[in-house]
Amino acid sequence: MSIITNINKLFDHRIRLGIMSVLMVNEYADFKMLKELLGATDGNLASHTKALEKADYILVEKQFIGRKPNTRYSATKLGKLEFKKHIEALEKLINKT
Amino acid sequence: MLKPNNLFYFVFQSTLKMSDKDYLKDISEIKNLMNKSSRFISLSGLSGVLAGIYALIGAAIAYWLVMTYSNGTLYIFHGRVFWACMAVLMMIAILSAVTGIILTTRKAKKTGDKMWDNSSKRLLLNFLIPLTVGGVYCLIILSQGTYGQTGGLMLIFYGLALVCASKYSIGDIQYLGYIQIILGLIASYYPGYGFWLWAIGFGVMHIIYGTWMHFKYDVNK
Repeated sequence: MSIITNINKLFDHRIRLGIMSVLMVNEYADFKMLKELLGATDGNLASHTKALEKADYILVEKQFIGRKPNTRYSATKLGKLEFKKHIEALEKLINKT
Repeated sequence: MLKPNNLFYFVFQSTLKMSDKDYLKDISEIKNLMNKSSRFISLSGLSGVLAGIYALIGAAIAYWLVMTYSNGTLYIFHGRVFWACMAVLMMIAILSAVTGIILTTRKAKKTGDKMWDNSSKRLLLNFLIPLTVGGVYCLIILSQGTYGQTGGLMLIFYGLALVCASKYSIGDIQYLGYIQIILGLIASYYPGYGFWLWAIGFGVMHIIYGTWMHFKYDVNK
């Protein structure tokens, strides 16, 4: 049973997994970039980023670029750590069979 | 392995087995997204081959110019021949860049990638910084009349630019970079062979590398 302890329920969704993957290798990503990469709708992406923000896995910064509002996201230390644990757990699961 | 008395464990295992494929898909998608969001991978291998061919043709023209108009001494330039060689060099650079942009745009369109996004901007920036510094440095050296080192310097700075850029593109580019750096260092030590090492580095190596990339990434897709 120990192998499933690290599977993180919060990451158990395609879009959330995608958001974290992008933020692991990029310092920042803004809303538009995530939307294009993941092929998600505005509302869908917003609700998933909110869930990750609530868990302190990602940091949300709202700012203005010129007159346009811009939301950019970055992964927190906790988020990166949890994501790594999650991936390792996934790999172990796959290797087991 | 299975404990028959532990029903919960059994049920759990079988659900896990069913979703193994999903997890595998998850991991491959994570990998794909990480690459797509941080690396620009639409560089065309064919443009490398063409750049190599331009370099070899350019080298041949320069060789012919120097041999016929400069007393047959490959390493002593006279005013007009020098400028002609510089013009050839510029032509190679411009033609290679234009070919690279055209072929890469075409490949990006085919694979549905964006040509001008964060990853390609980062790639270009990291490639151009060492390259521009090297280019300016070579011009300074040339203006001081020390021609012998330019072949080596061009190779070294170009190699460094490739190694720098490889973090933001297909990782294989770094190997081409290392080869150019090594050739450049050899050329610096034996300035007499600078011309030939330049032709090997910018000509032959580009053709070999471009062919390799073409078959590794372009053909299968």
